[in-house]
Formats: sequence, C-alpha cells, structure tokens
Amino acid sequence: MRRSIPALAAALGLALTMSACSSDSPSDNETTEPTAAATTEAPALTGTLTMWVDETRIDVMKPIVEEFTTETGVKVDLVQKASGDIRTDFVAQVPTGQGPDVIIGAHDWTGEFVNNGVVAPVQLGDKAAGFATSAIQAFTFDGNLYGTPYAIENIALVRNNALVPETKATTFDELIAEGKAAGTKYPVLIQQGDAGDAYHLYPLQTSFGAPIFTQEADGSYTNQLGLGGTNGENFAKYLQKLGQDKVLDPAIGGDQAKEAFENGESPYIVTGPWYTTEFTSKGMDITVLPVPSAGGSEAQPFVGVQGAFISAKSANPVLANEFVVNFLSTEKVQTELYQAGGRLPALTASAELVDDPVLAGFNAAGATGAPMPSIPEMGAMWQFWGTTEVQIISGQAADPVAAWNTMVANMQDAIDNPSS
Amino acid sequence: MSQQTVTRGEQAPPGSPPEPRPRRGDGVPHANNFSRGFLVKLVLVGVIDAIGVFGLLTAISQQSWGIAGFLALALVVTNYVYFSKRALPAKYLLPGLVFLLVYVIYTACYTGYVAFTNYGDGHNSTKDDAIEQILAQNEQRVEGSEAYPLTVVQQDGELGFAIVRDGEAVVGTAEQPLEPVEGATVDGGKVTAVPGWDVLGFADVAQQQAEVVALRVPVSDEAADGSIRTQDASTGYVYESILEYDPVADTMTNTQTGVVYTPNDHGSFVAEDGTALTPGWKVTVGFENFTKAFDDPRLRGPFVEIFVWTFVFAFFSVLLSFALGLFLAVVFNDPRVRARRLLRALLILPYAVPAFLSAIVWKGLLNSSFGWINQVLLGGADIGWLTDPTLAKLSVLGVNLWLGFPYMFIVCTGALQSIPTDVLESARMDGAGAWRTHRSIILPLLMVSVAPLLVASFAFNFNNFQLIYMLTGGGPNFVGTPIIIGHTDILISMVYSVAFESGLKQYGFASALSILIFLIVGVISWLGFRRARRLEEL
Repeated sequence: MRRSIPALAAALGLALTMSACSSDSPSDNETTEPTAAATTEAPALTGTLTMWVDETRIDVMKPIVEEFTTETGVKVDLVQKASGDIRTDFVAQVPTGQGPDVIIGAHDWTGEFVNNGVVAPVQLGDKAAGFATSAIQAFTFDGNLYGTPYAIENIALVRNNALVPETKATTFDELIAEGKAAGTKYPVLIQQGDAGDAYHLYPLQTSFGAPIFTQEADGSYTNQLGLGGTNGENFAKYLQKLGQDKVLDPAIGGDQAKEAFENGESPYIVTGPWYTTEFTSKGMDITVLPVPSAGGSEAQPFVGVQGAFISAKSANPVLANEFVVNFLSTEKVQTELYQAGGRLPALTASAELVDDPVLAGFNAAGATGAPMPSIPEMGAMWQFWGTTEVQIISGQAADPVAAWNTMVANMQDAIDNPSS
Repeated sequence: MSQQTVTRGEQAPPGSPPEPRPRRGDGVPHANNFSRGFLVKLVLVGVIDAIGVFGLLTAISQQSWGIAGFLALALVVTNYVYFSKRALPAKYLLPGLVFLLVYVIYTACYTGYVAFTNYGDGHNSTKDDAIEQILAQNEQRVEGSEAYPLTVVQQDGELGFAIVRDGEAVVGTAEQPLEPVEGATVDGGKVTAVPGWDVLGFADVAQQQAEVVALRVPVSDEAADGSIRTQDASTGYVYESILEYDPVADTMTNTQTGVVYTPNDHGSFVAEDGTALTPGWKVTVGFENFTKAFDDPRLRGPFVEIFVWTFVFAFFSVLLSFALGLFLAVVFNDPRVRARRLLRALLILPYAVPAFLSAIVWKGLLNSSFGWINQVLLGGADIGWLTDPTLAKLSVLGVNLWLGFPYMFIVCTGALQSIPTDVLESARMDGAGAWRTHRSIILPLLMVSVAPLLVASFAFNFNNFQLIYMLTGGGPNFVGTPIIIGHTDILISMVYSVAFESGLKQYGFASALSILIFLIVGVISWLGFRRARRLEEL
C-alpha cells in the first residue's frame, strides 16, 4: 500500500496547488466572517462583500466592518493579505475575476491600479467637499476619483522633552546646533538605510524649493520634474555637508533610528505617527513640531492618505459602493477610525474633533504638504532618488551636483521611456 | 491482492465444487476481495478523489476550464491506474509524472509563453477588459450637475430609475428617457412609490447589482444631455461619455475633440499623435522581449560588468566552499581527531539554518555602524562591509562560503569514506607520501563522485537570488547608471530590478531574460557534466 502514499501526496499537492491558483480560498488566509446580524429587515439580502486589508490596517478595519454588517445586513469577508503582496496580488488577480470587491490601501497605489484598469472610479458627489482637499487630490488620477480617503499621515519633527524642553531653532542648522548642545550621541535622527530614504528627507528638500514635480496652482502635480536646477543642486550640496558632519548616516535605518530615539540618544527625530504611538505608549514625553527649514523656503513633508478602492470587476458593485462611498464617508465612522488607528481623519468634520496634541502637531506640520505623487513611474523615481541621496551622504558620489544632475536626467529618461 | 486471491483458491475445501482458479487480470471483480490492503487503497484513492472533486467543483465555479479539465483527466487516470491490474509500472510513475507536469513542464511552458507577450503593468488583461475599463474611466459626471436621490424601480422585469427633477417625479429606463409620472409618492426628495412600478429595496437591488450599475437612463431624447447612472442604487448623477467605442471599426472616438484612437499591435489604443489610452491589453509581441535586452543602451553598459561578476561569484563560491569543505572533511576524517561526530555535527549547523534567514542575520552583523562585527569584534571600527563596492563583493562571497561549505563538507566526507582502503594501502606500499597520495589517489577518486555536484553547485550559485536579494539587495548601487543596479547584482537579481523594481512590472521582459539566463546556465552545465563524465572514465 506504500505506493498510494506518494499518490495521495501528489493529489493533495496538486489539489492544493490548483485551488491556490484557481481561487483565493478562504482557508489560505485568516478570515473573519462576522456573524450575520439578524436579518429581519432585509430577509432576501444575499451577496458577500470580499475585502482585502493588510496586517497594518486590519485591526482598525475589523470593528468598522462589523458595524457595517450590523447596520446593513451585508456580510463582509475580511481577508488579511501580507502588506508586501497585497498590491501586486490585487493587480494580478482582479483581471482573472478572483480579486476582492474592496481593497484598503494607500493613495499612492492609485496610479498603478488605474494604469492596469483594476479599480473603478467612485463618485463621492457632494460629500467630497467635506474632505480635506489634499485627501481628495491624493485619490484623484486623470480627473477621476478612485477611492474614499479615511486617514491622513505625514512626518514631522518629534522632540524628546526630557532632553530638550524647548526649541528655539528656526533653521535646520540651528536645530543641529541645539541637538549637539544637548550632548547626546546624535543631534537629530533622520532614518536612511543602505538604499536611502527620500521620503524622510523630503521636508529638507522642499525647503530648498525643489519639489519632485512642479505643482499647479491648485496643488496638483504636473509631470515636469521640479528637483533639478540650482535649488536641487543646493540641496545636494547640503546633503553632502550633512553626510560629512555625520548628521545623516546610511547605517541608520528605521529600526535603528527608532531605537536610538527611545534610548534617549537624540533629542530630535524626523518621523511619522507610526512611531510616535510607540513612543507615547512607552511613556515618553514628546512634542511634535514642523521640520525647520534648511534652505529658506517652507519645509513641506509628503502627505500619505489611507483609503478604500473598489475593484473594477467587483461582482457586488452596489454593496461595495454602499461601504466605500456611503458608509466610510460618514463622520461617525471616520471618528471611530481615528480613535482606533490614531491617524488624522480625512473628513474635516472628524478632524476638527481631534484634541490629541501629538496628532495636532502632525496636522500642523503637514498642513501645506502635498500628497505623494502616485504615477506608476514613482517606483523608479524613489529608487533613483534614494540611491543618489545615499551616495551623496556616504561620500560615494564625490561631486554632489554632478550626481544630482545625473539622477535628474535618469528620472526624466524613466518618465519618457517607461517601458524599459 | 491477487496473491491472496490465489491462496484462497488453493485453500478451498476439497469437497466443495472447484472454484475456477483465478488468474492475474482475468476480470475477477476486485470488490469481491476485501483484503486489508485493498481497503486501505480504496480509502486513500477515495480521499484523493474527494480532494480532486472538490478542486474540480471549485475550478468549475470559478470558470477556470483549463484547471477543471486537467483535474478531471488526472482523476480519471489516477483511478484507472490504481484500480486496473494492467498498469503496474504506471502505479509507480504516476505521482512523479503528475508533479513533473504541474511543477516543471507547466511552469516552463507558461514562462515561455509569457516571454513572447507584453504582459506587465498597463497590459494586464484582455482587450475586452481594457475597452470596458477605458470607457468606465472616461465616463464622467457632467460638471455642475445635480445629485439626485434615486429609486430603483422595476416593471415587467425591466429596470428603471425614478428621481425627482424640478419638483416632479420622473421615471425612465434604458430605452425610455426620463418622463413625468402621475401619482408617484415623494418623501423627502426621494420617490417612494410609483403606480405600475415595483420599488426595489436594498435587498432586491443586491440581487441584480450588475444590471443596476450598468443601467443608463437618458436624461432626454438628446443623447448629448447625458444619462443618469448610479453606483450605490441610492444616488444618481448625470454622466456623459467622453470616449465612444465603435465595435465595427474597432476604434475609440473622443466625443469632445473628435480624436480617433486605433488599436496598435502592442495592445493599446493610440491616436495619430502617439498618445495612448490606458489600460492596454496583453498581446504577443514575438521576439521583442529578447531583442530588447540587447537593444537597450541603458542595459548594455552595466550588463557586461554584471555578467562577469556573476561568473566570478558563482566560480569562487563553488571553489571556496569546496576547498574549505574538502579540507575540513580530510581533517575530520582522520581517526586521530577526538570527538569527531560532535565536531562534524557542529560544522553542519550553518546548513540547517534557512539561507535567507542567515543572509538577513549577516546583514545585521555587517552593518557598518551597528553591526556586531564592527562594534564588538573590531572594537567600534567603521568599515563599510556592505557599502564599499569591493568589500561588499567580498562580504557576499564570505557569507556564501558560510552557507555553502557544510554541503561540500558532507559530500566530501561521504566520498572520502567510500574510497577503498586497499587502494590507499597499496599507495603507501609503493612509497607514496601523504601529499602524493592525496594528489594522485584521493583527489581523482573523489572528483569522480563530487565533480557533477560541483557543476550543479555552480548552476545553483549562478542563480543564487535569495542571497543577493536578502544580503545586499544588489547594492551598493552604481553611481549614475540609468537603471538602478549595483556592484553585487548578479544576472538574476538584475532581471528582478529591471523588470520589477524599476517602477513598471514587466513580466514578459522578465520571462524572456530568465529564459536567456537558463540558456547560459544550461550550456555551462552541459559542458561541465560532459567533462565530469570524462573523469569517471579514469
């Protein structure tokens, strides 16, 4: 009978492979199926809404989804996906009809999704006016809105009040001097890592008047690169100086920066609400401030927006719209999402209720910030950008101006010839 | 089972009427022979069938006909093979064949197919999907138009929308533009009842969502006025289509500017001035993906450097780990070494840890400011193990040595122990010293069994993506290259960064490049194995 064992294994493996290929069977993922509410009001309601969410957002979404089920009687199959795969899987699976109805994600996925035709436009109608302009802008691509925003986040300067109780500095150089005077190991922490981190350096870059793309009067991006020219070159030289002074260090990635700040090795860190919640829960006394200008102009961070998209091939478009357009946009839900997730609500009415000083600090720091561009070529932009910055900081690129200009040329090339 | 049948036949009591002596495969129904083994087989095949049928039903419900067909065929073949008496060899071969088909032949064929398409970002699906999406993305709400609280109504199976326009209730269907109706009940700006029409509740709407969302009710007889549509069945907006698709001419026309977009052979609708509509669709593009690797001037420069480094990396990885593994194997093969078993077991430890995990750990150890090596071992030195181009290459080789030598150690130990002692003895009697014995007897004999493994190891390291990706990510990157690749990138990790990390994912291009790499590795391995076979003839 031994010969049946490989056969069994074969069939098992085969069946598993096939079912894994053919369907996103619920057993593959941790699935939450809220018990259906008593459906006395809507006895004939059928159809289950499938929703994808990654591990960073599922805890926040779970109670909201349960509330939706209780209110409308629509069952929701909340599927947890790995944050590294959710975006690629969505693009790959929607065309085959295996994708979810709704996906929760970040606004900078919009360009890729639209380019692949996997999301449907949403119509918020008059509700759109109730949202922060930058949040609506973030989910708009080629004139259409593709998602309902629910949370806004950006980076800012975070101060450890135990080390420095007051910040008098108005420029970044003064801030470094202040940090050095505090006598800690680092004057200020900005995470980098081996591949660079253009996102965390962006406030400094904009303070030199060199945004990634030039902006229209209404704040939306053109497809003209804005980081070239004299302003960009000045920023490149400044980066070299910060690298030589060891203010910036490629060896300090996100984890190292967070740990150093928690250990009191620096009075300042440039970071976002994802770390401050950890700082406050550890009992640190922190204040959130705008990043001081390094180049004279205002330092504006990127704004990231969280929201919900609807699949272009959803089998339940009405239910999906009911959740995304009508339910997620209410003040009650946005407030609950803020309370659970600790991010600034995208709905202005809910944002006005926020009384947390840390979040208010982030809000003030990001008030003039523009959303991260979501064009499909952004992936290449981030790579060129971070790589060049880290090469300037580490001294690998001895001539910062030349390196910066090569980067701008390469970026332009990647935009002009996207297919290679 | 047939043996047991035979036994039973022989043991039949002599007085009873003689049973016909069963012969192999003479069609005695198996069901009559309930031996224990048969029952086990029945249960196991039953389990396989159950799983297979479940997969089949899932595939059918998802309309994956290819998978459904394959599963059905596999089930039939499995049942035939394991219940037939004729297919004895197939009973042993079938599991392997199925695995071969699914994991090797299918994936190889699919990669081959994708290599000839433009599958990737922007060309993700079929032409029908693309047309539908282009139309959906270009149907826009008429600027400044009103938002109407909307009611979905039904009459004789035909769906319609009822809204309140200028204070009066109007109803329309796809064929019939909005018209006032008499006697409709309006509550708070929303129509709640229309004589002759059934008002659909949320649950009813949920039954026919696709139809409700697809419904366009013309605002008036003039098509230019746009039409009412809804996405949530409770609010309607006036929409107009900016693009129109003509199925006969297969063109898209912009209704506002009159620009005509025609499909090109790369799966996009393109206007005369070259502007393309997104998304496109998947088409076959011939050998374009293959020629692109050589045509693109941006790839040409760094390609040579990476090509050379790939060979250097694979060669030295094999050489170093083999040298160390062989040395240790010889040392620990000597009976004078104490606690040999324990030491051997310890030496195999790096092999027991998953390679990608080791790579991540090493990445941390080698961090220039926080790594254990600089901080503890070198007393706070600032050496860029992974950030200096030359040191990074050495680090990669070093880590791969750590990962690779236990394998070579095991293999060499086995091969050493299988060398017959009489050969060594006769060498000693002929007056050969230790060095001479090693060089002329042990090594050649060792190579007979180890050489093919060295070739295989070379092929493996040639494509050792996980180590590079986890340890350095290819970095430190070249300064100023038009595509982001680095000093420690090997061919396969270069493919990854070109095809996936450079913004747009290009599955077609990636497949073509991996086929090219397969050809290189294939040729090298073939040459290597041929040489290894010659060693055997010694």
